[in-house]
Amino acid sequence: MSNDVLAQLRQTFFEECDEQLAELETGLLQMQDGATDSETVNAVFRAVHSVKGGAGAFKLTTLVSFAHVFETALDEIRSDRLEAGPALMKAMLRASDVLADLVSAARNGDDVDEALWRGLADEIAGFCGKEKAPSPAAPVSASDPAPAAFAPQPMAFTPQPMAFTPQPMAFTPQPMAAPPAFTPQPMALPSLAPAPAAEDAKAGGALRILFRPRVELYEKANDAVVLLRELERLGAMTVTCDLSEAPLLDALDPHGAYLGFDIHIVTDRDEQAAREVFEFCEEDCDLVTRRGAAPAAESAAPAAHAAAAPDPAAILNALRPAPKDAPADPSAAAPAADPPAADKTAAKPADPARAAEEAAAQRAAATAAPATIRVDLDRVDRLINLVGELVINQAMLAQAVQGADGARDPAVSGGLDELDQLTREIQESVMAIRAQPLKPLFQRMSRIVREVADATGKKVRLVTEGEWTEVDKTVVERLADPLTHMIRNAIDHGLESPADRLAAGKPEEGVVRLSAAHRSGRVVIQISDDGAGVNRDKVRAIAIGKGLVAADAQLTESEIDNLIFLPGFSTTEKISAISGRGVGMDVVKRSIHALSGRIFLKSKRGHGSEFTLSLPLTLAVLDGMVVTVDGQTLVAPLSAIVETMSLDAGRLRAFGASNAVIADRDGFVPIIDTAAELGFRPHRRVVGGDKGVALLVESEGGGRSALVVDAIQDQRQVVIKSLETNYGRVPGVAAATILGDGRVALILDVDALVARARGAASEPLLAAAG
Amino acid sequence: MTQTVLTVDDSRTMRDMLRVTLEDSGYRVIQAADGLLGLEALKGEKPDVIVTDINMPNMDGFGFIEAVRRDSRLAGVPILVLTTESDAALKNRARAAGATGWITKPFEQTRLVDVVRRVAA
Repeated sequence: MSNDVLAQLRQTFFEECDEQLAELETGLLQMQDGATDSETVNAVFRAVHSVKGGAGAFKLTTLVSFAHVFETALDEIRSDRLEAGPALMKAMLRASDVLADLVSAARNGDDVDEALWRGLADEIAGFCGKEKAPSPAAPVSASDPAPAAFAPQPMAFTPQPMAFTPQPMAFTPQPMAAPPAFTPQPMALPSLAPAPAAEDAKAGGALRILFRPRVELYEKANDAVVLLRELERLGAMTVTCDLSEAPLLDALDPHGAYLGFDIHIVTDRDEQAAREVFEFCEEDCDLVTRRGAAPAAESAAPAAHAAAAPDPAAILNALRPAPKDAPADPSAAAPAADPPAADKTAAKPADPARAAEEAAAQRAAATAAPATIRVDLDRVDRLINLVGELVINQAMLAQAVQGADGARDPAVSGGLDELDQLTREIQESVMAIRAQPLKPLFQRMSRIVREVADATGKKVRLVTEGEWTEVDKTVVERLADPLTHMIRNAIDHGLESPADRLAAGKPEEGVVRLSAAHRSGRVVIQISDDGAGVNRDKVRAIAIGKGLVAADAQLTESEIDNLIFLPGFSTTEKISAISGRGVGMDVVKRSIHALSGRIFLKSKRGHGSEFTLSLPLTLAVLDGMVVTVDGQTLVAPLSAIVETMSLDAGRLRAFGASNAVIADRDGFVPIIDTAAELGFRPHRRVVGGDKGVALLVESEGGGRSALVVDAIQDQRQVVIKSLETNYGRVPGVAAATILGDGRVALILDVDALVARARGAASEPLLAAAG
Repeated sequence: MTQTVLTVDDSRTMRDMLRVTLEDSGYRVIQAADGLLGLEALKGEKPDVIVTDINMPNMDGFGFIEAVRRDSRLAGVPILVLTTESDAALKNRARAAGATGWITKPFEQTRLVDVVRRVAA
């Protein structure tokens, strides 16, 4: 197998591991909630079993060792020998987390500290009535797999040879004497023509095998002729068929076993080699093997070598017992044409059984998961890109036709409308390919909840809703970190300790709720807890202490709540080990903004907090406001715009030499001269009284600014084209799009623009490009 | 003549491995992901050998083997089960259900091919 193929298999394995781990967790959570049906337990068992099986194939010893302990416990539960109590379930859930860690370590080729899994493995083994998990894996070789080392019953895998030792005499009562009806059929292979005894001597020895299949051998689709074929690989073979047991045709059961074989092989291989051929059927036949006996000395054999030598194929054909079909065989011919009564009665019950199977198969087909194919993401992206081009092209065409006389032709305008409709549908369908349910992400959160609950000593239940809501794959991926952080916060800072909760008259167990839903073309994710809610006095005190707000600032409740999003509000030492990574809510907010999303916090003292994320379904299109700035057409992401307002002279106040502020409902907002910031104009212009519109935007950190533009043209969905891949990174510009008239319009990066303007930058952003 | 092997396993990794290994050795390979789908796949086919896993959803390996053995058209097809070394009890149950032989997981490719060849008529 080439390395490419191996790498591919490895990748498949890890992909499958992810699926199995998700299954595993789902199943365990169901079991924890009291599901005891065998389907659930079996699915959980299979998930671990599959991971172990694949891991064995790739010689991932640690993974195999841990999965084995886990699997053993699940098998005990599955067989009702072990009760899935709360303590065990808790350990199992932790085990699924550890298994996930081991899988990802194996994927990255990282070394794993045994401490990570050893303790838990011992704990789980303890539930199965064992003191300790078996010692670490010996290196696995494919033929001697590590799992064996962990078998709960070590004696279970001792080699099987003892099964047939007592058999020899079973064969002796049948000397190879044939009944008078049949002449004995000594057969020798032509290759043996020179005196076999001499050949034996040259080759160094021979094997003598007495072999009599029983009915069971044929019932399991083992076949004497196949076994003889295999034996022949050991060396030159002579076979004598014993027909003494064969009845006359009318008494012959086609499913019966009547033949015995006396086999002589010239070989220097030992008995074990012959035994191996019978590996699968030694319990279904009488078998004697003897090494090195000179054939001439054997009582039954001498005739064989003296006799004429028919074609070996003919011998094998003559021997072919083929009990089930193959009417060519004389022993089966007659009954096959007219099956005996026994066969008929056997066939009868089989029919309803078969019908039931077919029905079951049809049911399965009907309820089976919809067929899926796996497609390289690059191909999907290429398609999405092409459809983007199509949308642009369609818009250009529409615009061109509008300008021409053709627009008055109903056939043309009707056709254009239809094209518009189709393009839109194609676009939506293509976007749907990239869409993925949030379920895997939500599942990861349940692990976070367990970990944080353990670390804080709080009791937490995670409730998820709408996990099948679909969002663009990239959005799903980039949500993982912010969501993790918010969940950690909700437990660490939001929920009270069990004692405090009881004192407050709440149930001991806190609830963290994670929900998702589609709402008007966006996906809304909410993370809420039933904890204490934001302690506004404390938040305010921290913000003042860190100099984020003035000590005498008049703040509404909502404004105080949202102080936690300010950069510098949270500090690493406060976040501690649990919230980890030294990430504050400002980083969460920034990541959400980077996805063209928005985040809000609502909180009620004593009742808990609720974070609401609103995100676009896709990163390929954007809801934008098309505006004119100094003759240029630009697009501002709608998600950043809070409202638009006119530049009434009465609301403007000069602020320093070249700055101004505009009165908004709650106070004054700095004005940003978009054209000047982008370098369309060399100097900032103090706006006042002239025409123009202010886009009130909310940027990173929660601050508001007013971007001044000349006019608003339109509000529409635009296809995002990366400027970075097609041109280069330009500060203040997030991306570009192509408008209906074929012109490129830049999409504003509102955050960068605001940060730039506030940072008292003197250099215009687009100086070079402008 | 090219021989056909049906493999029945719910693990995609294992299916891919079986397919690659057997195809490399010149077998035609058809595949199914569980026992029921395996029976479905057998409707238009009579493979020379069947290789099946035991632990599968919908219909496990035991049920699958029994169903194949009940079908007079297929009863003579050799069936190999994939087991792990520690599954001595499973191996016996599989034999009782009518399995022809077994392959121990994780399998070595040469061993798999050898065993398939050994039982194929």
